[in-house]
Amino acid sequence: MRPPASRPRSLEAPVRLGLCAVLLLAATGCHERAVAASRAEPDGDWPVVGKDYQNRRFSELEQIATGNVSRLKVAWTFSTGIPKGHEGAPLIVGDTMYLVTPFPNRAYAFDLRNPGGPPKWIYEPQPSAAAQGVACCDVVNRGPAFWQGKLFFNLLDDQTVAVDAATGKEAWRTRLGDINHGESMTMAPLVVKGKVLVGNSGGEFGVRGWLAALDAGTGKLLWRAYSTGPDGDCLIGPDFHPFYAQDRGKDLGLHTWPPDHWRQGGGTVWGFVSYDPALDLIYYGTANPGVWNPDMRPGDNKWSAGIFARRPVDGHAVWFYQWSPHDLYDHDGVNEDVLVDLPLGGRTRAVLGHADRNGYFYLLDRATGQVLSATPFATVNSSHGVDLQTGRLLPAEDKKPRQGRVVRDVCPAAPGAKDWQPMAFSPQTGWFYIPHNNLCEDIETTDASYIAGTPYVGANVRYHAGPGGNRGSFTAWDPVAGKAVWRLSESFPAWSGALATAGGLVFYGDMEGWFKAVDARTGVLLWKFQTGSGVIGQPVSYRGPDGKQYVAVFSGVGGWAGAVVSGDLDPRDATAGNGWGATMKDLPGRTSKGGTLYVFALP
Amino acid sequence: MRHRLAAVLVAALGASAGCKHETHDVRPAQELSQSPGGVVLSTLFAGGVPSAIAGTLKDSQQNAYAMNEGKRLFDAYNCTGCHAHGGGAIGPALMDAKWIYGSSPENVYQTIVEGRPNGMPSFRGKIPDFQVAQLVAYVRSMPGLAGGFWAPGRNDAMQVKPGENTVSAQAPVRAPGAPPP
Repeated sequence: MRPPASRPRSLEAPVRLGLCAVLLLAATGCHERAVAASRAEPDGDWPVVGKDYQNRRFSELEQIATGNVSRLKVAWTFSTGIPKGHEGAPLIVGDTMYLVTPFPNRAYAFDLRNPGGPPKWIYEPQPSAAAQGVACCDVVNRGPAFWQGKLFFNLLDDQTVAVDAATGKEAWRTRLGDINHGESMTMAPLVVKGKVLVGNSGGEFGVRGWLAALDAGTGKLLWRAYSTGPDGDCLIGPDFHPFYAQDRGKDLGLHTWPPDHWRQGGGTVWGFVSYDPALDLIYYGTANPGVWNPDMRPGDNKWSAGIFARRPVDGHAVWFYQWSPHDLYDHDGVNEDVLVDLPLGGRTRAVLGHADRNGYFYLLDRATGQVLSATPFATVNSSHGVDLQTGRLLPAEDKKPRQGRVVRDVCPAAPGAKDWQPMAFSPQTGWFYIPHNNLCEDIETTDASYIAGTPYVGANVRYHAGPGGNRGSFTAWDPVAGKAVWRLSESFPAWSGALATAGGLVFYGDMEGWFKAVDARTGVLLWKFQTGSGVIGQPVSYRGPDGKQYVAVFSGVGGWAGAVVSGDLDPRDATAGNGWGATMKDLPGRTSKGGTLYVFALP
Repeated sequence: MRHRLAAVLVAALGASAGCKHETHDVRPAQELSQSPGGVVLSTLFAGGVPSAIAGTLKDSQQNAYAMNEGKRLFDAYNCTGCHAHGGGAIGPALMDAKWIYGSSPENVYQTIVEGRPNGMPSFRGKIPDFQVAQLVAYVRSMPGLAGGFWAPGRNDAMQVKPGENTVSAQAPVRAPGAPPP
């Protein structure tokens, strides 16, 4: 018997198990508990998009393994009927699978007890069609969150909804933003201590970013922490102790901007949220500062392009670190923070791993925000490194955009060395598995006018493949050694999430439609399947009611990188899709639109 | 002598005819206004009074100055943010032959001023008519509907696509899923 689906065990237990697994490597304590945990049946649910509060995307299931994955077959499929980018993840709790589609954000529950997973219910939230006009990067949705019998997710038109997971009936809906200010919502919520954590999108529309906490029972807004503006709005108070001097001072969210520019200052919160129950801290990144053209916003532009640690109960900030002060290249800081414990300098440290758009793989002490290491994991010529004394990124003068001038061959490009595509961590190898980009750009910044509800960018960009000519890579990263263990070359940006499993496997998809399994230790390709449309979703693994292990992923090209296909863009314009036209002109010949969930199992 | 004078006269006449695309009204009468009635989509007018802006719209369509102004305004009003330089991004591509809401100057005027339900914002009351007309002229030049003679050739900014005047006219087609005309 497995525990009831609604118990928080499925989130909390793996936290301890993962901790112990890594601690074991470091030969310290925790032994009994790790043994006890290993005797228990491995957790077969997938209740939040990142699998657990640490965002590791590691499944303990080992039925599908290196020795038999070559026999993996399609078990069933489901067409969403929406030919747009599918960046979401299905969730599995007990005998039910839940998924949310791109706009119009339909939710489905599938009964896994029956062959083919027939729908139990369908929920139509009917968001405003006009919201599609403020979705910067295709009308994606990155998935729902399951918590105590409810499914929570965001609608493109700035509403968060809760649906009864058993019946599909709407429990509540709360409006949190306004498309007329350019706001949209695409991120996957995380529920911590009965609080639904959600944030906004719209960094290309001059919006003001925030993270909000809603009461899971009623949908009531409990707190909202802005990413720009006065300390009071940012929930910065006496508890706030950033590690570096550059982040200390009163009202930096005001004073690091030209007068009033913080109102359009961006710092949106559209990535994944993590939670450490031991420290009782949530972690999330803030996106690019408003208006790409950096000459229009002198200053460090706090609190954009950084990471906040906050208390979930009241949202108060505990520390902040800025990956890219005065961001020059649309390098959002929202990439997921994966919470792991690693042997560093002779002791085990509670850290978070973060592969930033700016090209550095960071290890931060997750109690203090101290940068323990920052190592380039891809080609970087736009900066010289990170000063570990001051914590400051050191930009390269010759690659700084200057208004009215074209600056060429800047690496990484605006989508960064890695964009939203979430990496996985395997406690078996101790390595991160990073799907990412290999892109450089030419950039010309221009004056931009702010018109509410329309884009606020001020930059002409065109991307091209970085050194090697491949536009993407899939990298196994040893965080302790600070180096790549192996690296697979991908023709297109690796825009899907990664999944690691206890079967010694890593799964990811490519934009041509191939879904792949590789050996976690060697990177050797063991299995692949052509899904018909580019894969940019987040793969998951679960145990079905029949006791078998399944792997599931969306196929459906789109998102920022795939809009050339999903949005029928014309690649004769090199800037189509905000920079992708020239470099993705061959994608329409390699794949086509789609929207299908694939579920795989051994025969 | 007489022949030479005639030749000069003919040349001058030809030049002035060819220069229509260079003439423009530097101080349009209604420079800050939008016509309350907007455009109409019929050539039959009850009461016999045609649309107030029909003339402005028509005059801008084969006019190099209007098109170049339209190109500048396309950036200034953040059209590039959604449509890039014609290749499309958040909004559809404009340099291709597909037209979701129609390709006539009146259709394009309506799209800009009224907005469209799947995300095109309404600019009603925000852009004066003569500038909308210039934007219309430029938008129609992207897929070559305006004719290369009047269309802009190159960018002031980074050259990211072929000049509008090099695009051969693409017969408008209705985009899949577009409403009937």
